[in-house]
Parts: sequence; C-alpha cells; structure tokens
Amino acid sequence: MQARAVQLVFIGLAFAAWYVAGRTGAVSPLFLPPLEDVFQALAQLVQTTEFWSAVGVTLATIARAYLIACVLGIGVAYLVTRSRFLTRLLEPVISNLFAIPITLFFPLFILLFGIGVESKVAYGATNAFFPIALNTIAGLSSVDGRFLNAARSMGFTPFGTFRHVLFPAAFPIMLTGLRIGFFICFASVLAGETISSVSGVGRNIALAAELFEPARMFAWIVVVIAAALVLNTLVSMIENRMRGH
Amino acid sequence: MNLAEADPKIAAVQAPAAISVRGLTQRFGDPGDPRAVLAVDSVSLDIARGEFLCLLGPSGCGKSTLLNVIGGLLKPTEGAVTVEGAIVDAPRPDKIAFVFQESTLFPWYTVAENFAIAFKYQGAAASEWRDRTLSALKSVGMAGFIDHYPNQLSIGMRQRVNLARGIAAGTEILLMDEPFAALDEQTRMVLGEDLSTLLAETGKTIVFVTHSLAEAVFLSDRIAVMTARPGRIKKILSIDVPHPRLPGFMLEPRFSEWRNECYALLRDEIREAMAIAETAGKETS
Repeated sequence: MQARAVQLVFIGLAFAAWYVAGRTGAVSPLFLPPLEDVFQALAQLVQTTEFWSAVGVTLATIARAYLIACVLGIGVAYLVTRSRFLTRLLEPVISNLFAIPITLFFPLFILLFGIGVESKVAYGATNAFFPIALNTIAGLSSVDGRFLNAARSMGFTPFGTFRHVLFPAAFPIMLTGLRIGFFICFASVLAGETISSVSGVGRNIALAAELFEPARMFAWIVVVIAAALVLNTLVSMIENRMRGH
Repeated sequence: MNLAEADPKIAAVQAPAAISVRGLTQRFGDPGDPRAVLAVDSVSLDIARGEFLCLLGPSGCGKSTLLNVIGGLLKPTEGAVTVEGAIVDAPRPDKIAFVFQESTLFPWYTVAENFAIAFKYQGAAASEWRDRTLSALKSVGMAGFIDHYPNQLSIGMRQRVNLARGIAAGTEILLMDEPFAALDEQTRMVLGEDLSTLLAETGKTIVFVTHSLAEAVFLSDRIAVMTARPGRIKKILSIDVPHPRLPGFMLEPRFSEWRNECYALLRDEIREAMAIAETAGKETS
C-alpha cells in the first residue's frame, strides 16, 4: 500500500513538472506541448469516429498477431520437444533467431504483405512467436518423466497426454512466455504502424508528428500509455487466476 | 472337491502363470558405446495368478527397468514378457495397472479428476466415474478428500489415493514401483498392512519393487533377490504365510530369519553396487 502511494506521488510529480515546463516555456512546445493543450487535443480526439476506428484497427491487429503467435509458438514447441535430438538441434536455432533484431526485416514484411494491416499482423506475430516458442519448449522439456510414464501406463492418447499432462505441467513456464510475447506483440504492432502503414494508432502518431501537431501526437501517446497500463493489469489478473491452485 | 479349489495357495501354484518372463535382457545405449549399460541380464521368471512377488535389490540393479518391461513401458532388448500367453510390447491398461510413487498424482487435478482421466482412457462410462472413485477411496479411508488437490494432502494420504487409483483400474495385474519410498517408516508400515488386507480381498497379481527388506518380507509370497548391475535373479525366497498379514507377523522369529536371509543375500550386492556407482562417478568427473 505504501509502495502504491509513493508510485502515485511520482506520477503526480511528473505531471506537475510537465505542467510547469509548459507554463514557464522552459521547454520548446514543439518537443513538449503544454499539458492542457494535450488534454484538449485528447478531448477532441475521443469525439471523432476516426479515433475509435484507429483504436479498433490496432487492437484487432494485436489480437490477430498474438493468436497466430500463440498457435505457431505452442505448436512448434510441441513438435520440437517430441524428441530430445530435435530439441537439441532446434532450440538453439530458435533462440539465436530471437537474438536477431527482427526490425531489420521490417521492409521485407512490407514487400511481402503490403502496407496494410497484414504486414503488421505478420510482424507482430513473428516478434511474439519467439518468446512463446522458447518458453513453451523450456516448459515442455522440464515435464517430469514420471508423469509421462504414468500417462502411458494408463493408455493416454498423444492428444490426451498433451492436454492432461504436458500442457498443465508446462503451463507455469509457458505463461511467462505468453506474457512477454503479448507485450512484444503490442509494441511491435504499434512500432510497425508508426513506421509504415495506412491506419491504426501508430499511423496517427506518425501523421501528427509529420504535420507538426505535437499536442495531437502526445494525446495519441497518452492513449497508448493508458492502454498499456490497462492491458498490463488485465494480463496480471489473468495470470494470477491461472496460477491459482 | 479337489485340493486346488480348497486351498488358494495351491491353486496359485497350479494355475498357468499370469506373467511369464523369458530370457529378458535390457541394454541402454548401442552395444559398442562405452556408456552403454546392461541393466537386466537374461532374467526368466514366472509369476502365478494372485501371487505377490517382490523384486528386491540394491539401488540401480535394474528392478524398476524389469518392472517397466513387464508393464510394456519399455521394449526389451532380448527376450519377451507374456501376460496370459500374449506378448507385451506396449502398455496394456486393460490388463496391467501401475502404482508409482505418490508424486505421480497429477497436481493440477483434484483427486476426483485424477481418477476420472484414468477411467476415461480405460473406456469406462462417464456416469460410473464418481461412484467408482468413491468406492475406491472408501477402501483406503480417503472418501472425504475426493475434491481436494493432491498438494492439500499429506504424503501418506496422497499415497493412499494413488494406491486406490491403481486398484480402481480393476486390472488383474498391479505393478508397483517403490510406492512407499517417499514415506516415513511408520506411515510405510501402516500402508503396508492396509495393502496386505486390500490384496487379500482383490486377489490381484502383484509385482512390487522395493529396497526395503521388512516391506518385502511382510508383503510377499515370494521375493526375487536381484544382483547388482547387471540385474540377475540371485535367489527366490518363498514366504509361506497367508494374507492378510497382521502386524504381529513382524515380531515372529521367522520374520527376522527371512529378513536376515535377504540381507545376507544382498550384502555383497550392495557393496558391488556402491563400487559401480563410485567408478561411474569417477568416469563422469
């Protein structure tokens, strides 16, 4: 509780500093527009349909990218861990690929999938795939062999073994990957939209910057920060529930 | 009326073997590989219907390996296992159930769910699951804990549940791999008594792996004493006392005699096993 109070005081101080900086003109309004201008811009923004459609496009892109990353990440991890040899062969490959900044290949995503939503879905999914796959591989390879022996002795099918043994046993470690993957997905979709796109929140941030409308740009950034906080709280809640028993 | 019907002991001896092990050899790794291990070396053994047989031996002697081959979890390198005449080369959940250590209850499922998935893959109807689970839990005095998670129970309680899961499978054969190894001495003895009573009622054929001498003598009809690696059968002892056995059996002079005989057979093997472990330690370091 005490920590929470100190955190709130810090946020309050940051806003106060922002306000004072705008009032005194200590910082050029081009880099940091006055606080009241930003809130005014935000108030105007939320009244437009353009705002809500941009938010909708971005959320849908994140959701699609994340779903693809989950399915592919967990699927690949399952196949890789079917044999110890495959794990030894492919786990380092995936973990080394993860070390390469995928941003380098962003132009390739645009070439392959166009400037629309699809390239951002593919880019977000690719980025999120790696932490999900790596953590799922780690989780699945750490499953106690005695559980698997017990499952085999009771005649479990391969799918039954996955559903009742491998998945729940690996889940706590997988959850870490799912969480990291989600935020990487969130960040890459927004980054992708900012760099090159025709719609979405990131596109509007870039557009406001190009048009020298810093108040509007910061209003969009405030929206992203608010969304990040809400999503983080949501993910923590889901995670705590899933770690339940 | 013939003798076989009157005396179940004689019937067991005369009946065809429930499990028959012939020339079984189990090797891990390729024959040329210096790290290859000969775990079990040409073991032959017949286990009669309704018999309780203990595999007793030093750590690492291949007794669990032998049990896993009997249950179809491992394919033998050489030789074969037959159950009622049919070769076992894969798990047979319809005929053979395993009881491992209590930690093989799935911790993410409640006691009831642990039973339910076992029944599901046996092909039992979903409507039967709860009744069968309850009656199995009743037999080990755990009916009140059907909706608990394993981690909410003590180790002894968990092993009762685990035992009940193995018995509830309703198979003729039960293979038990050091089920009581993680328990303290007192709990182990109490569960051993319960097991003896339960088994006298069910008439199952049981192969039980242990390294506890007292447990082996208390529970077994026969004890197969194994050598250090590679595991061979050194001697088979018959413990001719009817089930259910009462705690008083442990105080009888013949109990200590059998126990001492087992120990005498095992002593050199244990030293040998320790020497093997030591050289293995040197090689890897």
